[in-house]
Amino acid sequence: MSKEREFLWRRLHSLLGVIPVGLFLAFHLSLNFTAVGGEQAYNDATGMMDKVPPALLLIIEWVVIYIPLMFHAFYGVYIAFTATLNNKRFSTFRNWMFTLQRVTGVFLVVFIAWHIFQTRIQKALGAEVEFNMIADIVANPVMLGFYIAGILAATFHLANGLWAFLVSWGITQSPRSQQIMTYVTAIVFVILSIVGVAAILAFV
Amino acid sequence: MPTTANTGRMVKIEILRQDTEGGQSRTEKFSIPYRHGMNVISALMEIQKNPVTEDGKKTTPVAWDMNCLEEVCGACSMVINGRPRQSCSALIDQLTEPIRLEPMKTFPVVRDLQVDRSRMFNALKKVKAWVPIDGTYDLGEGPRMPERKRQWAYELSKCMTCGVCMEACPNVSEKASFIGPAPLSQVRLFNTHPTGAMNKDERLAQIMGDGGLANCGNSQNCVEACPKGIPLTTSIASLNRAATVQMFKNFFGSDHMVD
Repeated sequence: MSKEREFLWRRLHSLLGVIPVGLFLAFHLSLNFTAVGGEQAYNDATGMMDKVPPALLLIIEWVVIYIPLMFHAFYGVYIAFTATLNNKRFSTFRNWMFTLQRVTGVFLVVFIAWHIFQTRIQKALGAEVEFNMIADIVANPVMLGFYIAGILAATFHLANGLWAFLVSWGITQSPRSQQIMTYVTAIVFVILSIVGVAAILAFV
Repeated sequence: MPTTANTGRMVKIEILRQDTEGGQSRTEKFSIPYRHGMNVISALMEIQKNPVTEDGKKTTPVAWDMNCLEEVCGACSMVINGRPRQSCSALIDQLTEPIRLEPMKTFPVVRDLQVDRSRMFNALKKVKAWVPIDGTYDLGEGPRMPERKRQWAYELSKCMTCGVCMEACPNVSEKASFIGPAPLSQVRLFNTHPTGAMNKDERLAQIMGDGGLANCGNSQNCVEACPKGIPLTTSIASLNRAATVQMFKNFFGSDHMVD
């Protein structure tokens, strides 16, 4: 029964991008935003995580983050590489969004892999996740640039993905509703970007 | 007999040529005498009469497809100055020179500007883009179609299977299995027809298979490119909703296939 499953995989890819991956991103950036209130505020907020029993936390991490994220990432890379980009001939706004969605997606696979290596894997190897861990990372200006690019790519990919989600599930059909959702998702992009970038700059 | 009013003006045309299917391609440049009201097809006919390149080298006549010459058959589609469109309605006066002609490479190129659009015709068969009316006895008249519905459905019926939307779509290519915008919009057309709607679940099942509806990436180039102004992206979004409903019906097991 491996045949004729592409429709389900594609719809699943669209759904998982919003729930849970998109929701997780919003939560993750909001939690990081506590760093704007200083080192203590951030350590208190992330310290809440340690109150969850480790085994339960691990299950939640796999079910809510790693498995959906990996499916979304690897299936997304396949989708990105089956496209034939033609922005030179069709330089419309939507076609640029199409291309940027694929470019940011591929970049995010690299960024997130690196980010997980620098934080979650280091934690598994015994490092403590707290303010100074991130502060040490972004003390390097190259890394700070890489992280800002990663945050902006992620917020763009989510906002534009939300727009595509609404079309793919048949919620926004008319050109007018799609146009209005373009504005709404643009606002989502701006707000999430401000939250995310302000948070990373708080570690500098 | 002179066929041209000699204005002395020459039209520069560059054509991407290819002798055999899957063969090497090359660009040949031509310079032909201008005539008032000329279109790309009459320019190609001029080259056919005297197949000599700009620098005087003798070559073979350029091959292309054409039929109706009034933008309703779709046969003469090609990429003109980067945009896929019909060559019969492409007027020389409205094009920047040198005019570059290329085949629609999203399809297999047969020769020069000729492409094989079988992929689209097979897709129409796959999605059952017709209204089945045959029975073992006289089925009588079908249900009436409301006039206002007929009017907008008429817009969808203008599709001439020209392939321009397929060429414009970044997800349609020989390396991808996507069925493309035109056949999808035809599903909406025939699922709208009161008699056609009696088999709407069968058409939806086809586009909910591999290479179907979900492979649309929402670049919306199709609706930009369509020479007939068919609301292709609205059709796709509308089918997305129909497919969502059908998906739940299929899974949770509604016992009625249609409505």
